[in-house]
Amino acid sequence: MGKLIAATGNQAVAQAMRQIDPHVVAAYPITPQTDVVEEFASFVSDGLVSTEFVPVESEHSAMSTVIGSSAAGVRAMTATSSQGLALMWEMLYIAAGLRLPIVMAVANRALSAPLNIHGDQSDSMGARDSGWIQLYCKNQQEAYDTLIQAIRIAEHKDVRLPVMVCYDGFIVSHSLSGVTLLDDDKVKAFVGKHVPLYPLLDSKNPVSYGGLVLFDFYFEFRRQMVDGMARAPRVIDEVAMEFAEISGRHYGRYEKYKIDDAEIGVVVLGSAASTSEVVVDELRAKGIKAGVMRLKSLRPFPREELAKELGHLKALAVLDRADSPGALGGPVGLEVRSAFFESEKRPKLINGIYGLGGRDTTPEHIASVFYSLQKIAEGGKVEEPLFYLGLRGGKDDGRQSEAAIAQARAAGQRA
Amino acid sequence: MKSEQKENPGASAKAVAPKEKPGWADVPIGAVVLEAGCGVEYETGEWRSERPVVNTDKCINCLFCWVFCPDGAVIVENEKFKAIDYYHCKGCGICSNECPAKVITMVEETKFQEANGEASAAVQGNGNIKAKTGGKGE
Repeated sequence: MGKLIAATGNQAVAQAMRQIDPHVVAAYPITPQTDVVEEFASFVSDGLVSTEFVPVESEHSAMSTVIGSSAAGVRAMTATSSQGLALMWEMLYIAAGLRLPIVMAVANRALSAPLNIHGDQSDSMGARDSGWIQLYCKNQQEAYDTLIQAIRIAEHKDVRLPVMVCYDGFIVSHSLSGVTLLDDDKVKAFVGKHVPLYPLLDSKNPVSYGGLVLFDFYFEFRRQMVDGMARAPRVIDEVAMEFAEISGRHYGRYEKYKIDDAEIGVVVLGSAASTSEVVVDELRAKGIKAGVMRLKSLRPFPREELAKELGHLKALAVLDRADSPGALGGPVGLEVRSAFFESEKRPKLINGIYGLGGRDTTPEHIASVFYSLQKIAEGGKVEEPLFYLGLRGGKDDGRQSEAAIAQARAAGQRA
Repeated sequence: MKSEQKENPGASAKAVAPKEKPGWADVPIGAVVLEAGCGVEYETGEWRSERPVVNTDKCINCLFCWVFCPDGAVIVENEKFKAIDYYHCKGCGICSNECPAKVITMVEETKFQEANGEASAAVQGNGNIKAKTGGKGE
């Protein structure tokens, strides 16, 4: 079943797009997404897809083009990163507000300034209130698998919202990994025929998109959009089950790794979850009850599920690969903290900002977080609810991390 | 939390009658307008603060006003100026500005309101008013 190939995250995503064969792809190249577009353009020129490929002059135009195409009644996709996503900004809200089932791959990258091309999640985190469903993938295989599922999620009649499939720039987008592709006809059958809702090109049933809606109706439309998001969890779960049947691979909206009987744990998105799992295995071998909760679906946010699954922990660290300057912590940290507000059982919580601008996050870094958690769990106080992991020279945060790493080493948690 | 989940709002949504304002679950998905040409129902004339008043006695029927009106609110019949559609005219004043015969005067709406929708004496001296506010399509 299927074919095992060596692919980067971008190549895997391009392969998924080839198999989905959308009617329209409009994209502009930007590091680290570039070879999604490059690869897909070669599929177009080789006649492997029937897609109308529009090489636009900017990301604003890319998103505008897929919005127009989707409203016209066809399946439309794009891909971007960082500054490109930022340039799409006003169109992101329009895609969601018009309830257009666009699917976009996002190779996560830091935002300028200073200019940086490497992976962090600041770009898509900033877009988390745009009304897009956001799914964060931990590796190349999952990026491929999720992009295919995203078509079904976005186009489901109960959801009708655009979906971002996010994966870490360079760490996933550019590194090679074994990826098992499904057969083309299986993907084709899985995504099915695109069924448009109120297509603009249906001249027998003319409709208008994008009218002016003032204080008398705007509020109701926005509330209805939120309802699409509220229906999404069930659809995401159903699509995941169906995908598991054809692929043997299943992904939840969140993924637990040895967390059920854990005393300390981390919440993390994307590729750092894999690193965390390695560290947990090492800690478990030493009898330390550690676990990982990988959050895949940031939007919709599984509030009740997280509060239930993590409530038993003594101490929890939420790791954010994005910052929210001036806030209590990173965007995921804020939200996880809020999720516990109504729970009687909740862990002591710390929030770490890590890996900005592609800064490497090593198993030692993660081990240092668990070491801090262990101290807190043993009755220690939360001295620093917000810390920066692997940062140099900070008066408080940096020293805390470096010291914690040294202590972790000394304690023999990682030889 | 957001637990209310009614039947899929988009699939069952129908065109919204102008005066019955539906709840959030009953508005058409994505703010799509499901009827063609319904802009005609929208009384943009309400926005007007100044009303173009045409002195038809001196009008030379060049129809510049009809050409330049951005809202199609100049009514023409038999290739001659007939009236301003005050239901839709927003009072932008472009017609008055473009009129080569200078027979279109912009008059403050308050002057008409003071006279209960009828033209006041002062206005009548300026030109003969053929349409009233609120009259759909004249």
